[in-house]
Amino acid sequence: MSADTIPRRSWISPLNRRRLAAFRAHRRGFYALWVFLVLFGISLFAGVVANDRPLVIRFDGHFLFPILHDYSEDRFGPDFMPTEADYADPSVQAAIRAHGWMIWPLIPFSYDTTVENLNRPAPSPPSWRNWLGTDDQGRDVLARVIYGFRISVLFGFTLTSLASVIGILAGAVQGYYGGLTDLLFQRFIEIWSGLPDLFMLIILSSIIAPSFWVLLLFLLLFNWINLTGVVRAEFLRGRTLDYVRAAKALGVSDVAVMRRHILPNAMVATMTFLPFTLSGSVTILASLDFLGFGLPPGSPSLGELVSQGRDNLQAPWLAITAFVVLGGLLILLIFIGEAVRDAFNPRKTGFR
Amino acid sequence: MSLIAVEGLTVSFGGRAVVQDVAFTLARGETLAIVGESGSGKSTVALALLRLLSPDATLTAKRIEIDGEDVMSMRDAELRRVRGGKAGMIFQEPMTSLNPLHRIGRQVAEAVRLHTKAGMSREALRGRAVALLEQAGFPDAQHRLDAFPHQLSGGQRQRVMIAMALANDPPLLIADEPTTALDVTIEAQILALLDAQKTARGLGLLLITHDLGVVRQHADRVAVMKAGRIVETGAAEDIFARPAHPYTRMLLASEPKGGPAPVRAGAGPVIAADNLSVRFAIRRGVMRRAVGHVAAVDGVSVTVREGETVGLVGESGSGKTSMGFAMLGLEHATGEIRFQGQDIARMTERRLRALRAGMQIVFQDPYGSLSPRMTVEEIIAEGLRVHFRHLSRGDRLARVVAALDEVGLARNALERYPHEFSGGQRQRVAIARAMVLEPRFVVLDEPTSALDRSVQTQIVDLLRRLQADHGLAYLFISHDLRIVRALAHRIVVLRRGRVVEQGPAEQIFAAPQQDYTRALIAAAFEGRALTTAFDEPEAPELVD
Repeated sequence: MSADTIPRRSWISPLNRRRLAAFRAHRRGFYALWVFLVLFGISLFAGVVANDRPLVIRFDGHFLFPILHDYSEDRFGPDFMPTEADYADPSVQAAIRAHGWMIWPLIPFSYDTTVENLNRPAPSPPSWRNWLGTDDQGRDVLARVIYGFRISVLFGFTLTSLASVIGILAGAVQGYYGGLTDLLFQRFIEIWSGLPDLFMLIILSSIIAPSFWVLLLFLLLFNWINLTGVVRAEFLRGRTLDYVRAAKALGVSDVAVMRRHILPNAMVATMTFLPFTLSGSVTILASLDFLGFGLPPGSPSLGELVSQGRDNLQAPWLAITAFVVLGGLLILLIFIGEAVRDAFNPRKTGFR
Repeated sequence: MSLIAVEGLTVSFGGRAVVQDVAFTLARGETLAIVGESGSGKSTVALALLRLLSPDATLTAKRIEIDGEDVMSMRDAELRRVRGGKAGMIFQEPMTSLNPLHRIGRQVAEAVRLHTKAGMSREALRGRAVALLEQAGFPDAQHRLDAFPHQLSGGQRQRVMIAMALANDPPLLIADEPTTALDVTIEAQILALLDAQKTARGLGLLLITHDLGVVRQHADRVAVMKAGRIVETGAAEDIFARPAHPYTRMLLASEPKGGPAPVRAGAGPVIAADNLSVRFAIRRGVMRRAVGHVAAVDGVSVTVREGETVGLVGESGSGKTSMGFAMLGLEHATGEIRFQGQDIARMTERRLRALRAGMQIVFQDPYGSLSPRMTVEEIIAEGLRVHFRHLSRGDRLARVVAALDEVGLARNALERYPHEFSGGQRQRVAIARAMVLEPRFVVLDEPTSALDRSVQTQIVDLLRRLQADHGLAYLFISHDLRIVRALAHRIVVLRRGRVVEQGPAEQIFAAPQQDYTRALIAAAFEGRALTTAFDEPEAPELVD
């Protein structure tokens, strides 16, 4: 016990280490996280996995990277027009092969590529060329699923994190200051949450064309409310804790007290909510797309795939794919959420 | 034949023995006190007697007999008959032992009904409940049967528990820290009631307690427990007169002794509160309009001089903690508070913050007052970061280490978290957090009442030393007059937010002028209940 033997603190506190262990012990959630991370990782590289341009072209001793740069078509031969190269065109392919080689992605279609030379009218069933078939616009379903997965998850992540930040701030201010601030804020939230957000969205989409960011902003207006209640309750409880009082007696400023002493408590409640908010956001986007009030037409979206499945019951691969992908994504998020909730449960990990 | 006979009782949780080879007997009409500090396993013994331990505990015993029946070989149905039928039990916290959703009459009647084979009529049950409550000294039992537990004071709730425990005339009563959660005056009344019932019914009373004062007044025999073993057992007089085991001697010697060092002549006032009132609004209705006020503190004036300790004394609900918070500007108050020449009662929070280094607070519960997520270094350095911004990392660390050293903690505490420390050590950390800012005035809000007696003495010594070294002014808030006597120069007695009596400590202890003060002193030093009844909810009065 000499003065020199101060054990170096690791960067992760004992409490968080215990939480991590509890999360790992939740086998289902732990594997769900890995499956999700792998799928999400693949979808992040959607442009490399599924694209209608070759990854690499070797042409006349030069390396070309069509997925990074646009090349003019007349680069590959004097007979072509000076327009953007269409690599699906057999004559372009032949010209490139004559002077070198090219490597195609695993799936040679992008989300908006119309597949040529289908032997039958779209939607066509799964084949060696289109593993999950094509939709009624003749686009490859697998490519659209990969891009759609990415946009769903990214939308969900962005919406969830922005909504959480606003929700935590609002809840913190209400709970910490209490009194009149709390009273007015609560009444405002009650009125605000009474607004029918779906109808407002439908009205909005008839005025301006919804894009990713417009949709995000609009959903944000209504989604931040979900967290305020929990955070407010935590702050109401937290401000009477002895160590919070002690910090006040030390002269620590309100912002620092909130951030350093009460927020960690509130984060427990927030973290347990987060995966469920995330799956909620994914669902909202999918349902808006399904109704046709979501992302602009042509965007790869899981909701749009569901509506195609409904419109084309004679092509069950559409509905089945949509169901499996959307359902699978939500199930993964719920499993992860359960594991996170258990990891943050103070009864399972000792103290808070 | 003895009422309880225990031999070779061992209880372990997951391979760790918390009770080892305990043996004792208890006869009818006798009080056996099992004494020990927290964690000594004394409550576990009480639970093991009735096999009430949680399922993860392993219980082995050569013999546990209650009234001649072998408890170890009993099946569940027989155990249920013994629990409540042969042995009544009272727990520490009467609020959590009573069902908050049921009226007390129903709960007492249920205790009767469970052990009565022949059905009783509603009227007979009701009459029995009233009789039991009256025997338990419950005032106006006839009309309070429909009260819910939250409508009763702590003492009244404990009386209900006693009525339930005695519902079936058990020969044995097990009382596990029955008065720890109660005020001293009420504690004395409850113990007097237990004594009276023991004599009247010829009960065997097994009293589990950490409080040697209680033992001295009420026990016939004593068993001292330490770390799961009974280290000494014998008649109460013998143990107190001739303690054989060093641990017993240590417990007995741990009563705080002596008094504070005298205040330097001509010491100036550090803080002076004049006519201070703290009011809480009572809000009703949809718009939460204030319909009235409760005065938690009502026109109290207190001055603390340099190097002086003012003891603020009163029962729970008397407004002493509100008064302490108000003097630090942590609670909104009306009146005037002059701290080092400035009126802080009317100061904005921002200006007050600059003065906070000079006035600090140590809280009652060392488990709640330290953030579980911060290391000891971060906890102590927090105030330095606010008030001494210019300090370099090294200087700050040096001051933190000096503060730790001053409260008697080793340097290796720095990187640890509060849960790694015992209650006394945590309280030292809390004191270091206050001391590192070099305050002039410290509010001590019952800093010892959550600690074991032997630790209390150490903390009292530490506080005295710090006062002598730095000329600190203390406002010492406590209901425990034994500790107050060891620390305070002057005493202010509060009741319902008003000053009942004040004066130099010796004078208050030697010649208390008010009944309330006398009751407090009698309860604290003699464990004796005075006839004056203070057993009523100590709610402050309503004022408009």
